[in-house]
Amino acid sequence: MVSFLGRTGRFALDQIAGMGRMFSFLMSAIFLAFRPPAKIHLIIYHIKTIGVDSLSVVALSGFFTGMVMGFQGYYSLRKFNAESWLGSVTALGLLRELGPVLSAFMVTGRTGSAMAAELGTMRATEQIDALDSMAINPIKYLVSPRIIASLLAMPLLTAIFDVIGIFGSYLVGVSLLGVSSGSFFAGMENSLVFHDVYSGFLKSLSFGLIITWICCYKGFHAPPMATGVSQATTESVVLSFVFILVWDYFLTSIML
Amino acid sequence: MIHVANLHKSFRGQQVLKGVNLEFASGKITTIVGTSGCGKTVLLKHLNALYLPDGGEVFVDGVDITKLPQDELYRIRSKFGVLFQGAALLDSLTVFDNVAFPLREKTKTSEADIRAKVGERLEQVGLGAMGGKLPAELSGGMKKRAGLARALIMDPEIVLFDEPTTGLDPILATSIHQLIARTQQVFGFTGVVVSHTIPQVFEISDYIAMLANGVIEEVSPPEVFCSSHNPAVQQFIHGKTEGPIHVL
Repeated sequence: MVSFLGRTGRFALDQIAGMGRMFSFLMSAIFLAFRPPAKIHLIIYHIKTIGVDSLSVVALSGFFTGMVMGFQGYYSLRKFNAESWLGSVTALGLLRELGPVLSAFMVTGRTGSAMAAELGTMRATEQIDALDSMAINPIKYLVSPRIIASLLAMPLLTAIFDVIGIFGSYLVGVSLLGVSSGSFFAGMENSLVFHDVYSGFLKSLSFGLIITWICCYKGFHAPPMATGVSQATTESVVLSFVFILVWDYFLTSIML
Repeated sequence: MIHVANLHKSFRGQQVLKGVNLEFASGKITTIVGTSGCGKTVLLKHLNALYLPDGGEVFVDGVDITKLPQDELYRIRSKFGVLFQGAALLDSLTVFDNVAFPLREKTKTSEADIRAKVGERLEQVGLGAMGGKLPAELSGGMKKRAGLARALIMDPEIVLFDEPTTGLDPILATSIHQLIARTQQVFGFTGVVVSHTIPQVFEISDYIAMLANGVIEEVSPPEVFCSSHNPAVQQFIHGKTEGPIHVL
């Protein structure tokens, strides 16, 4: 009984210490991001890898998500003779919830996993030690530019997801199922308020931070071997998904 | 001058260094030898505080670097150049950019001067025509040479070499040894080499320090080291499995 309690206590302490290390890593990266010299060329490079390189997968998933919403929304609303609200339902669902969450999932899979694998490989091949030994702070060089880049790219990717999603829903609802084009857009215009856009923007911003934080942390502290890199990559994706959903619930509950 | 005093280090309960005491003479090459896994690289990585000890001190020019805040530590680290075991070149950069990297990141040197200095260093290590290649396109020996050029680009006072000839054929190993000796004569740095390529490494070393069972068993010039009556030294030199060194 005593040894069970001891093990449980040690496990709990290890988890708390681990969370503390993760938080301290994030604080260092944010602090160093504001410390000169600014790494503008690295920020631009990572905006390309996080934003531009994820664009096609985000656009494609947004388009199909919107089309599915068009079908599902139409058949649900038709039961109440409320098909004209399709534009409103789609826009609200995408802007407030599906846009930020699904585009964050896409970026995690496309870019977050690559971040963890790249940093994990750099750890295993002593490239991170090499930076440190050259008196170059590896967190400032490798992590801070990625955090700034993701904060800039993520809201833009989400906006693109939303717009293409609405277009997908329009195609299905208006062109395929015969909803009036005017009522589709009028419903959107009547029901959407600035708060809906703002809450989606805030979510996408925080999801960008979560993805870069977790994926960089896991890669940075990957055990220096091949299985260590693969383990770090898997953990970074799973943990990012979980954190995104938990944080989404928290933000939704306080912003409704 | 570097001085290590009563250094202790454990990993997951396994004690690797059990009170290491060692002084590295300025302007000389000291080679740390010992069996695989005895803690040579661990000791080397304590010299510029890439690892922090569980106990003991590491003095660089009289300053204990184990308790320094990061900014101070980075100032001390600017005195060091390091050649890592796998060269640790940044694989997204070309050889030229790898060698130029510390100059671009740590100094305000003009691009023209960087080009001149990097070109000179690459010539010195025999990679004058390889500047445009990526690390993945180089052989193991070329990577080590590029790593050496990067380690020397800031004119360091101290250069650490972590197993510079591991994985190389005997001819390449000799050429790397000669390169280390030649560059040490040109630049006059204090060199610390971790190696188990004996006896070849003795030719470039001023002192040999042997690490065994977590402590320094012997420090002496190569000729004295070879004729030492220390049983651990004799066991290591002759590759015997029986003796005071615990074989893992």
